[in-house]
Amino acid sequence: MTEALLDVAELAKRFTIGAKDGLLKRATSFRKPVAPLPQLHAVDEVSFTIGRGETVGLVGESGCGKSTLVRLINRLLDPTSGSIRLGGVELADFKARNFAANPYRARIQMVFQDAGDSLNPRYTAADAIADPVRRLKKMSGAELAARVGELADMTGLPRELLSRFPHQLSGGQKARVGIARAIAVEPELLILDEPTAALDVSVQVVILQLLQQLKRELGMSYLFVSHDLNVVRLLCDRVLVMYLGKVVEQGPAAEVFADPKHPYTRALISAIPQAEPEQRAGRLRLSGEPRSPIDPDPTVCRFYGRCPKGTPRCAEEMPLLRPAGAARQVACHFA
Amino acid sequence: MTAVPALSVEDLSVEFRTRSGVVKVLEHVGFSVDKGETVALVGESGSGKSVTAFAVMGILDAAGKVTSGRALFGGIDLLALSEHDLAEQRGRELSMIFQNPRTALNPIRRVGRQIADVLVRHGGATRADAPRAAIEMLKRVRIPDPERRAEAYPFELSGGMCQRIMIAIALACRPALLIADEPTTGLDVTTQAVIMDLIGELAGDSGMATIFITHDLALAAEYCDRIVVMHAGHIVEAAPGRELFAHPRHPYSAKLLAATPGETVALEDLASIPGGLPDLRRPDLPACRYSGRCERRLDQCAQPLPQHTVGERHVVACWNPL
Ligand SMILES: Nc1ncnc2c1ncn2[C@@H]1O[C@H](COP(=O)(O)OP(=O)(O)OP(=O)(O)O)[C@@H](O)[C@H]1O
Ligand SMILES: Nc1ncnc2c1ncn2[C@@H]1O[C@H](COP(=O)(O)OP(=O)(O)OP(=O)(O)O)[C@@H](O)[C@H]1O
Ligand code: SF4
Ligand code: SF4
Ligand SMILES: [Mg+2]
Ligand SMILES: [Mg+2]
Repeated sequence: MTEALLDVAELAKRFTIGAKDGLLKRATSFRKPVAPLPQLHAVDEVSFTIGRGETVGLVGESGCGKSTLVRLINRLLDPTSGSIRLGGVELADFKARNFAANPYRARIQMVFQDAGDSLNPRYTAADAIADPVRRLKKMSGAELAARVGELADMTGLPRELLSRFPHQLSGGQKARVGIARAIAVEPELLILDEPTAALDVSVQVVILQLLQQLKRELGMSYLFVSHDLNVVRLLCDRVLVMYLGKVVEQGPAAEVFADPKHPYTRALISAIPQAEPEQRAGRLRLSGEPRSPIDPDPTVCRFYGRCPKGTPRCAEEMPLLRPAGAARQVACHFA
Repeated sequence: MTAVPALSVEDLSVEFRTRSGVVKVLEHVGFSVDKGETVALVGESGSGKSVTAFAVMGILDAAGKVTSGRALFGGIDLLALSEHDLAEQRGRELSMIFQNPRTALNPIRRVGRQIADVLVRHGGATRADAPRAAIEMLKRVRIPDPERRAEAYPFELSGGMCQRIMIAIALACRPALLIADEPTTGLDVTTQAVIMDLIGELAGDSGMATIFITHDLALAAEYCDRIVVMHAGHIVEAAPGRELFAHPRHPYSAKLLAATPGETVALEDLASIPGGLPDLRRPDLPACRYSGRCERRLDQCAQPLPQHTVGERHVVACWNPL
């Protein structure tokens, strides 16, 4: 295998919560010993790679740390610890607040969860697409205008819409502006955080087929966050499943969907809505309370308490991600 | 079956005044929702789903105007209520979950307090019990560690968690009618199932009627009693979910289903719907607003649309249905 494009190792992000109250207390009770502030483990020792031209899906429960993970990789957030290597270069050492001016900025681009909210309301579609090209590729004038037109064509955005402002565009059109803007500087890695969540199925098809085509033509790699498992199955080569800050399973998308090994992945796949009642037979419903992400016990499996297969061992020893077959990994004592 | 309609929308038409002319966003929209029933509203972006919800809630944009119709709710016409009476109803009997959860929450108030506020204002809770009741709601929408997360500000929560806070706020007062505008788009399917079960529970226990706006047809078919399909401001078909999947009768419903990713298809096999919505500013809009995109069009399609009843609670507005 050739060297991976992105190599994330033991990446962690912990948020300190209740800091404001804590500081206040510290100031007023300086004589008493200060208890450490609670830590929310949003991303916990996550490791994975993305190959060149590979599409990796990222799925998991709401609040499990997907957006935090992609914001770390895209260097919008500083990690607590761990490494993010892109083409062999360590990005974790660059500070998030200076990253906009970093030459590596152009190599990772992101399409945000809400296409509408992430566009500047005072920029026309043309301005929005031109902006990163001007900043990161130092293009201007006729050359820039030509490039914007070319990007509009590539993403199927009619050129006459280029002079419009975001509020004059439909959801699908805004999504295309977001994608055109992100691919404008020819990134090696494109991160998409639920890019089609707000789109209707017809527009979604167009956007997904566009992504497929861009991958073929430009050889880009994708990290694709989505709650729509049918979409992940159609688009992605490989899939990562997260649960409460940790990767609990990963492998080729087709294999994971056909034969999920981790109890959480099983529950997730069995909950995909089905129009036909027969297809809902044998469905797993999770019961029990989810564990807290705040100061979690490092010796207890994060899924313990909701897991239908849990045993006392799961409360004494955290399962590690280990190989399960040729290209797969799973973190469960009994998978 | 003696179903009691909780809400009955009749002949609803809405126009927007814009600089480039009057936009006829809704035309003769009619449907009903029974007590304890959940009705899905589906259709492509711009088809008028949110505007329908806003009109019923009496919160249309200032540029919008109801030009005809009624929305009967427990014997009273919501569209005829004064601003003051409607605001009263909105708090207690009617609840709405908006499309953009993060912008709809107060960014500088702890989420537990935001739920408690609603419970005190409309749910009959006292200031003293409200915090406990708020934590109970957080638990029901599956926020882990609800006692401590009640203290979080919206920015400290994920997109889907904010969405669940909105749901908790909307359900806290056990409304008689819930209008939920794409409430689960940011949720994974296991959490989504919990929310759908919660809505189902309230429907069963207190007879809550729900209008559920969504883009996810399989979700609508699994959890909703009926699906209403909208296209360009018209209702083109209404049917029980399974029936719609098995036998879509309107050409547009069939195309919508063919664009839905399912179990077996490959990306190349999915077909987007050719053409777009007609320009709703045109003064000469055709009787069938789908006719410009339709492969089954007949000469007759220029005539005012018929309403065919084609099965048990299954109606279609088309001259040449499948
Ligand atoms: N700024 C912050 N301060 C404190 N906690 C935070 C902050 N940002 C995120 N979190 C917490 O980190 C965890 C992971 O959040 P994240 O947004 O990454 O989840 P997600 O997987 O993207 O969820 P969703 O699918 O709902 O978007 C959550 O418990 C969230 O409350
Ligand atoms: N304030 C307004 N002024 C002019 N037109 C408007 C206004 N609000 C909505 N519209 C138009 O009304 C139509 C229906 O919009 P609506 O928001 O109801 O669509 P929707 O079905 O909810 O779509 P989506 O799935 O994207 O949320 C659209 O063509 C929209 O452009
Ligand atoms: S280790 Fe135990 S609790 Fe964790 S997923 Fe496996 S069986 Fe379930
Ligand atoms: S009425 Fe005619 S044009 Fe309209 S959908 Fe039916 S067949 Fe097509
Ligand atoms: Mg997220
Ligand atoms: Mg809408």
